[in-house]
Amino acid sequence: MGMSLIVKKVTQFVIGLIFLFGIYIILFGHLTPGGGFPGGIILACGFILVMLAFGKDKALGKMSRYVAHIMDSSGALGFLAIAMLGYVGGVFFLNFLGPGDAFHLKSAGFIIFANIAIGVKILSSVFIVFVSLVLFGRLIDESLNDSEEEENNSL
Amino acid sequence: MLIFYMLLGIMILGSIVAIETRNLLSSVISVGIVGYILSILFLMLGAPDIAITQVVVEILVLVVLIRATISADNTAIEKHRDTFAVVASLVFLGLFFVFASYAFLEMPQFGESLLQTSQHYLDNGLAETGASNMVTAILLDYRAYDTLGEATVIFVSILGAIVLLRRTGRKRGCKSKEGTGK
Amino acid sequence: MTIYLMCFFLFLMGLYCLIAKKHLIKKIIGLVILEYAINLFLILIGYREGGIPPILFKDMDQLAFSQQSVDPLPQALVLTSIVIGLGVLIMMVSIALRLYEKYKTFDTSEISRLKG
Repeated sequence: MGMSLIVKKVTQFVIGLIFLFGIYIILFGHLTPGGGFPGGIILACGFILVMLAFGKDKALGKMSRYVAHIMDSSGALGFLAIAMLGYVGGVFFLNFLGPGDAFHLKSAGFIIFANIAIGVKILSSVFIVFVSLVLFGRLIDESLNDSEEEENNSL
Repeated sequence: MLIFYMLLGIMILGSIVAIETRNLLSSVISVGIVGYILSILFLMLGAPDIAITQVVVEILVLVVLIRATISADNTAIEKHRDTFAVVASLVFLGLFFVFASYAFLEMPQFGESLLQTSQHYLDNGLAETGASNMVTAILLDYRAYDTLGEATVIFVSILGAIVLLRRTGRKRGCKSKEGTGK
Repeated sequence: MTIYLMCFFLFLMGLYCLIAKKHLIKKIIGLVILEYAINLFLILIGYREGGIPPILFKDMDQLAFSQQSVDPLPQALVLTSIVIGLGVLIMMVSIALRLYEKYKTFDTSEISRLKG
């Protein structure tokens, strides 16, 4: 199941760098181009690479369906919780942590936490929808083969 | 400036190939080429944030579309074309183009942007929010409500796709349920 | 102004593919080209001649930066639009796969002829 030996070895070398790059783009979203959305999709593409190279059982072993649903919901609820915490300052969604010293990692209020919540959410939801597409496509292939066998038997 | 016209010309050629070719796999690959050239164009227009997002989303679109066309297992379209629909839509779109070009004459010159709202964001962005990436400051501080709406749209659409792709419907409950979602 | 007309021509080609083709996957490809044209048009509006990206560095003069950078507001809206386009595409492909499973064809004239 999966692909040839060369693809598997190259994936083992490269996958750590892909995850590191995705986490960098999420965390430094307020200083360099990027943010939560492209970083989350890069991490999801890393998991899809593991699934294409090694087969779906290995990839679902790294992040099972249950864990992905929990991460998805907690990312969305975390973003909403950050919005509600703005009431501490007085209005909905107020940036209550205040601007820190500029050009440092620990600045710009809650932007970094919002980026992390969005990144986690998009990672888990895109990966689980791709797994569903692959399983459904396999179901179509099986049903097509079954109907062909029935036609051949009846002829 | 000439490079913009050239890249747009290549994009138009690529989309003509994607629309007219009969092999499904070739047309999906042509759409991928159009997307990559679009991200180069974004980079030259001074939008590196958008270029990163466009490249990564383009890769996902390619993988999803190839998965959809290969699972169908016939990569050729054989039916006759419907001449009435083609001629009628070409006439209508030609008229649309002629009359809309009058509206484009009223727009400001390419290269002079209006910048009435964004002048406030550019002047006071660093002092008020503390973020040095202006696009993220607008997305997550000045206009964070829109980002909340976008997160909701993504959540609902992916939830809908997972529900649509379930293995058993609600009527046939007797099929085996190995590995379907909880 | 020519560049706006070329971008509008790309939009019309996506619209033509959406209306006049009968294969479901071709209609989805037409919608993808339509979205590219719309995002490109929004970024083209905000371009400034000889502009720099809207990102501040450490020793940059604030006044010179705000006179020289491109418009950041359309970029924030286009970022939202690209990600929403991905979500809509995933939903369209899943509906197309369900239709293929039921009717065994992607041709819309066949699908509208068979009544379930």
